[in-house]
Amino acid sequence: MTIAPDKPTAEVAVPEGHVKLIIDGVEVIAPKGELLIRTAERLGTVIPRFCDHPLLEPAGACRQCLVEVEMGGRPMPKPQASCTMTVADGMVVKTQLTSPVADKAQQGVMELLLINHPLDCPICDKGGECPLQNQAIAHGRSDSRFHEHKRTFPKPINISTQVLLDRERCVLCQRCTRFSAQIAGDPFIELLERGAQQQIGTAQEKPFQSYFSGNTIQICPVGALTSAAYRFRARPFDLVSTPSVCEHCSSGCAERTDWRRGKVQRKLAGDDPQVNEEWICDKGRFAFRYATTADRIKRPLVRDEETGELRESSWTEALQVAAAGLAAARDANGVGVLTGGRLTVEDAYAYSKFARIALRTNDIDFRARPHSAEELEFLSGTTVFTDPDNGVTFQGIEKAPAALLVAFEPEEEAPIVFLRLRKAARKGTKVFHLGQFTTPAVEKTLGTLLACVPGAEANALNALPEHASDVVDLLGKPGAVILVGERAAEIPGAFTAVAKLAERTGAKVAWIPRRAGERGALAVGAVPNLLPGGRHVANASARTEVERTWGVEEGTIPATPGRDTTGILEAAANGELSGLVVGGVDPFDLPDPALAEKALAQAGFIVSLELRPSAVTAHAHVVLPIAPAVEKAGSYLNWEGRRREFGTTLEGTGALPDCRVLDTLAVEMDADLFTQTPAASAADLARLGEGASSGSSLNVAAPLQSPAGAGKAVLATWHRLIGNGSLQVDEPHLAGTARPVVAKVSETTAQQFGLESGGYVTVATERGAITLPVETDDLPEGVIWLPTNSGDVTVRATLGAGHGSIVSVSGGKS
Amino acid sequence: MANPLTPVLTTRWTEPKSWTIETYERTGGYTALPKALKAHPDQLIQQCKDSGLRGRGGAGFPTGMKWGFIPQGDGKPHYLVINADEGEPGTCKDIPLMMADPHSLIEGVIITSYAIRANFAAIYVRGEVLHCIRRLNAAVREAYAKGYLGKDILGSGFDLDVVIHAGAGAYICGEETALLDSLEGRRGQPRLKPPFPATSGLYASPTVVNNVETIASVPFIVNGGSDWFREMGRDRSPGPKIYSLSGHVTNPGQYEAPMGTTLRQLLDMAGGMKDGIPLKFWTPGGSSTPLFTAEHLDVPLDFEGAAEAGSMLGTTALQIFNETVSVPWAVMKWTEFYKHESCGKCTPCREGTYWLVQILQRMVAGNGTASDIDTLLDVCDNILGRSFCALGDGAVSPITSGIKYFKDEFLALCDTNSKVLAGANA
Repeated sequence: MTIAPDKPTAEVAVPEGHVKLIIDGVEVIAPKGELLIRTAERLGTVIPRFCDHPLLEPAGACRQCLVEVEMGGRPMPKPQASCTMTVADGMVVKTQLTSPVADKAQQGVMELLLINHPLDCPICDKGGECPLQNQAIAHGRSDSRFHEHKRTFPKPINISTQVLLDRERCVLCQRCTRFSAQIAGDPFIELLERGAQQQIGTAQEKPFQSYFSGNTIQICPVGALTSAAYRFRARPFDLVSTPSVCEHCSSGCAERTDWRRGKVQRKLAGDDPQVNEEWICDKGRFAFRYATTADRIKRPLVRDEETGELRESSWTEALQVAAAGLAAARDANGVGVLTGGRLTVEDAYAYSKFARIALRTNDIDFRARPHSAEELEFLSGTTVFTDPDNGVTFQGIEKAPAALLVAFEPEEEAPIVFLRLRKAARKGTKVFHLGQFTTPAVEKTLGTLLACVPGAEANALNALPEHASDVVDLLGKPGAVILVGERAAEIPGAFTAVAKLAERTGAKVAWIPRRAGERGALAVGAVPNLLPGGRHVANASARTEVERTWGVEEGTIPATPGRDTTGILEAAANGELSGLVVGGVDPFDLPDPALAEKALAQAGFIVSLELRPSAVTAHAHVVLPIAPAVEKAGSYLNWEGRRREFGTTLEGTGALPDCRVLDTLAVEMDADLFTQTPAASAADLARLGEGASSGSSLNVAAPLQSPAGAGKAVLATWHRLIGNGSLQVDEPHLAGTARPVVAKVSETTAQQFGLESGGYVTVATERGAITLPVETDDLPEGVIWLPTNSGDVTVRATLGAGHGSIVSVSGGKS
Repeated sequence: MANPLTPVLTTRWTEPKSWTIETYERTGGYTALPKALKAHPDQLIQQCKDSGLRGRGGAGFPTGMKWGFIPQGDGKPHYLVINADEGEPGTCKDIPLMMADPHSLIEGVIITSYAIRANFAAIYVRGEVLHCIRRLNAAVREAYAKGYLGKDILGSGFDLDVVIHAGAGAYICGEETALLDSLEGRRGQPRLKPPFPATSGLYASPTVVNNVETIASVPFIVNGGSDWFREMGRDRSPGPKIYSLSGHVTNPGQYEAPMGTTLRQLLDMAGGMKDGIPLKFWTPGGSSTPLFTAEHLDVPLDFEGAAEAGSMLGTTALQIFNETVSVPWAVMKWTEFYKHESCGKCTPCREGTYWLVQILQRMVAGNGTASDIDTLLDVCDNILGRSFCALGDGAVSPITSGIKYFKDEFLALCDTNSKVLAGANA
């Protein structure tokens, strides 16, 4: 005989801010304000739902999650929606498990949801991963009593080039409209009509133009919203899902890559509350076909001595030719290394080590974009030593009392940072944008524009205490943040002014670059003045430490800082460097593409590590193919300094990561990198640990602005999220959602130059001219804005200009 | 029995040009306002509570209590919104009132606004009644011209602006939170509650939403006192009420009588059933209230009386049908209305009305089966109490009550079908 143990008599203590309630007979403690549906879920009871989403405000629209509730001993007369009702002390809740009323209510709603839902699961993209399908099987009737006529709509309609809407499949849960209105701030989709004719729609000639539209496809609980790129491509149960990290911007979003038969079919947002929550931008979601373009380089190429053309070769030959050429160039005037900003930490480390021990140079720079010595000083003195424990984080932004954005366009450059800023702003964070005009991001972060002429940002920052003391006061509150974008490198004095402001207010500073690999490249010393771990090359003991760990002779690493990107290109152009190793660098992204062209033409020997042909390929002596992100493992360091590791998605493609290629190349040059695999590279890097900061001495004065002169204007320019980026090729659906390519000027400036809003403007430098439509906006006088690299507008390639350049402006088509 | 008519709200309706401010003032209008403005706002709220006035929009919520919910000294603007979106089938009391005596509403609005400390009031009028909107606008202009609206009303230091807002033709906008969304310029769909309008209504500020008839009663209460008001009607439902008789009666129209008057009394006043054809069924308060039959002629029509008899007082819109009318047909017509007007926000109302209509249409066409009746009742059960707002509940009232009292008629429709089917087989 077993004796039942005594019931524990001790009451469970209810912690502060919590309540005690009973769900299905089980006592549970829940934080105040928690929704019943979540409390039940913590107990393991999944209440079916459609409109509910943990990151959206409750709607209570679908009525699928009805439960019975008793308050103060009195049952409530109607079943309650558990997605809208919060827990209360002494509440007794009965879900479908213990309440026949709740169970019938749920079955009833499910039957009603299905009466107008087409039975096209076999051809629906959602079939197999469909909450409606799953919950209908779990909580619905086995047969329908509906014998009447279903409501139908013509199907499907494009609500943008990449999102398709099957209205008849829609259960009108409003997740998509609520996401767009609340999270993204792009309410381009809305409910139209009423009753059974109610449907999601867009306004006339206003497509769903949002950088975050793909999220609506993912959170749609039925197959109403589908992706034009993925539609009918695969069945969910045929796909293999691999966790991955986005390779596009510096946010480092968690993603899930779904693939089959060696081909990526789609990408979905992963769930990472610290970084991207459950959202990703459309570039991260849709831009992945660059890895499968027809022109992808799969075999090494060597320039034939006789014909002067590139020809396919064996790896052995290519590596031997490359090693011999680089060794000769090194021993002549030396070799410079340009890595580009898209490398993993492990690959960037291999470049950094390759430069130091195989090429014995500090002439290495990851910055394939406008850059400055001031920026390098700031990055190597401050940024490289920040991490999520001591610096700004996504979650820190959410809690910040104020955020000042300097030369940073969050929606265009780091969309997930933008989403956090918007979330924070909706909870009370004051957001200030130091920029040129009221961009959509300024409005959507409920922000305040601090407008200035391009190049005058440093002056504006220095003048803040005088002209906007409220901003300075807010930045003085604990937790306030300053976010600096890549454009700051084009503004003399900007980093100095930021550092000064941070010192004055105590606000934390984060540098948010545009590309995924920049922060990692900085950390591993792919810069002229740093060794891995932030150690300064001029510091003898730091050098010795690195040399010992690497097992190389003392004195291998040159003691003086090397040349930066522009320095390397200038040296190559005038024969001071004999060779170049070029990673994923597009010369047209560089501040002076003409100089890059010249450097490529003049450099004695060029080794290019590339995925696809680029402007470098035409000049390269050896082209070594490398693996795209999905075909290798590795990690990115996101802007927070958070390591974002990922495994290989597509195994066995034969593509080699940069670190492996460089390791083998180094062996040919009698140097050992120990970076045969990303894991080996990471381990080798870990042995080095972090160095000590040698501090920074930022002292660049803000320049005095001089008037642009007659017929001239100051150029403001930055990259858009969706434009001509090389990782966006072969994605016509994504490209269709790019923002219109227009120039922007103020109304007064338009009058001054005789421009009409909606007409054309020609912007010219001595290098070339661009003609495009012009619109008026709230820019400062004498300023014209152009997207840097969108459509026919290629500011660097055509004009050789950048943010703050003086350009000629004239009306009409030239 | 003495004539139970108690013309209070309707007292001016027969005056020539009753809607002008001259007529209103000549007949004692705008005399409550100076009294109210001399009182403390809290005294007015207390007087309204004492009078026992209950909301005339259908739910019967105590008006004074509603005013008392408005947080005072919260630093936020307060608003008064008048629900004049009268659109329920059969309901026709507010629009005649606003046509015949718009100033009683406006005077009520001013007094109520003063009581709840609102400086802005909106009257949300059903968009289809353009003539009524014009009349209200004219009345508001008159009131401004006479200094009853605007700055420093009658030298009291109290400011009030009134706006007449035309709806765009949606039944749902009579639901108070949908009305508020619509008034704010959004899509009119009911809001999640809490927060309730009393704390977070129009523009997220404390708001009182009251029916036209309710607010038009206020000047009479201020003038007559709460005890006078309580002389009419019954203990828990005091005051006069406008009963709207329509359908098969000799003299359809508005009959103002004390709360608790029965249909038998009202029919006497209205000259009895038209052409002497006997009564078959009727709604006590519009189509959302469950049907009554001839058995219910003596049910006292107030909030308690109607509820005890299994229905609701609603808007006291008595639609009266004689024996020539088929109940399933009438129920189908009403259900078509609810299907047409379902806002679409929640599943039960949106999908349920869509389904119910098709079943009823099929039955009325003679293609029903007995199991359809069970399906109708079960679908109604899945809508009632499951929908987002009360309009879903209202949509099933005609069906469930129709089947409750007249199941034979529904079954008879199925018989025709079985006979046809049987004939086809023969």
